[in-house]
Amino acid sequence: MTDLFSKFDPLIAEREALLASGVRDPFAIVMDEVRSPTLAVIKGKETILLGTYNYMGMTFDPDVIAAGKKALDEFGSGTTGSRVLNGTYQGHKACEDALKEFYGTKSAMVFSTGYQANLGMMSTIAGKGEYIILDADSHASIYDGCALGNAEIVRFRHNSIEDLDKRLGRLPAEAGKLVVLEGVYSMVGDIAPLKEMVAVARKHEAMVLVDEAHGMGFFGKNGRGVFEEAGVEADVDFVVGTFSKSVGTVGGFCVSNHPKFEVLRLVCRPYVFTASLPPSVVATAAASIRKLMHAGDKRAHLWKNSKRLHAGLREMGFTLGTETAQSAIIAVMLPDMETTVRMWQALIELGLYVNMARPPATPAGTYLLRCSLCAEHSDEQVEQILGMFRAAGQAVGCIG
Amino acid sequence: MSDRDQTFAKIIEAIQPFNKKDIELTEATTFAGDLEWDSLTVMDFVAAVEDEFDILITMNMQAEIETVGQLVDAVDSLKG
Repeated sequence: MTDLFSKFDPLIAEREALLASGVRDPFAIVMDEVRSPTLAVIKGKETILLGTYNYMGMTFDPDVIAAGKKALDEFGSGTTGSRVLNGTYQGHKACEDALKEFYGTKSAMVFSTGYQANLGMMSTIAGKGEYIILDADSHASIYDGCALGNAEIVRFRHNSIEDLDKRLGRLPAEAGKLVVLEGVYSMVGDIAPLKEMVAVARKHEAMVLVDEAHGMGFFGKNGRGVFEEAGVEADVDFVVGTFSKSVGTVGGFCVSNHPKFEVLRLVCRPYVFTASLPPSVVATAAASIRKLMHAGDKRAHLWKNSKRLHAGLREMGFTLGTETAQSAIIAVMLPDMETTVRMWQALIELGLYVNMARPPATPAGTYLLRCSLCAEHSDEQVEQILGMFRAAGQAVGCIG
Repeated sequence: MSDRDQTFAKIIEAIQPFNKKDIELTEATTFAGDLEWDSLTVMDFVAAVEDEFDILITMNMQAEIETVGQLVDAVDSLKG
């Protein structure tokens, strides 16, 4: 009998070797207590969280919590159904209304997760004989959605306007095309040159979808994302986003002004064949989305934090993923797996949690520690964070 | 030299910068097995081949290509 799990032997061996060397498992951290968007208790130690996507710190907002508790009391713990059957409550409609107002669009469709939103959109909008053109560094949810569907999939070099143009130029002119872009790329925190890329897509008569998972809340006049800041709203057909970052809960969405958008509710399998979000989740999401419409102060503080962290780390001698702080993600690039693990371990022992990332999750052979700021990180916390990076960096030997 | 032979020669040339193990390259050489390429190397190599021949190899097509010979066949049929 063949053990189907034999294919995982190399990975199991690699992990066992790593853990045998005495380091903590970066992929098995447990938060015993979560005291705020920026503080948790891990193995008895109070730890600053610098590796969440809680960009606007909404997870403990009193209005958001109150909305959730009210929904639990009034509508119970779950819908036990799909959106197309018994699983659409007034809270789901209210959440979609909040999104329509936030984005200024005619339609909004809420999925149970952001991953499912991409799975649904990629696999449904483009079909057999049509093309999806995506950035090589696209998120797994975009790749997986492409794999789930039947369209031809074409990659272009990360953020390369020229390569996008070249590849679009090689496609049959009459075939349907969807160009998929992200506002902020989540590994290194760099933004896309959306103005130029959308123009290229339009030139080749392709439809455009932008994933603003990491941009919602703090780019653009209304916080709609990098596409709003780039001034290309009129030329973007679909915007996909998530509730698991700035919004502070779980869920995904797509907003659009396409006149036939509503038919997606019937043909999109990751929307149809899954349970809808619990009433408390859509209630907290709606409350949070509405508050994000007036979160200028938080937004300003988030950018202040990001710029300070970026400048501080760079001054110390760390190699960073971007020249300047382009988003709320700051990636510290390290030379190899061993150094990365040692740095990560040193930081967690000092009381700082960051994400460790390695291939294949990261682009081309890069190892990095990914730091993501929160509007709720105080100025003092950011200085503490810098101090911990200095101490860990010197102990591990990656800075002087 | 036939058309296909020319394509084969160009492909071999394109592989060399990525041939870390410096193995002998034949029609039967596999990218994942013999050349031990990871998915990122494959991506860079495919992009180089696409540019060399001004063609497009979709990810779906790439999934079907396991050997040098299969790649040569695919490129030949695409270049038109």
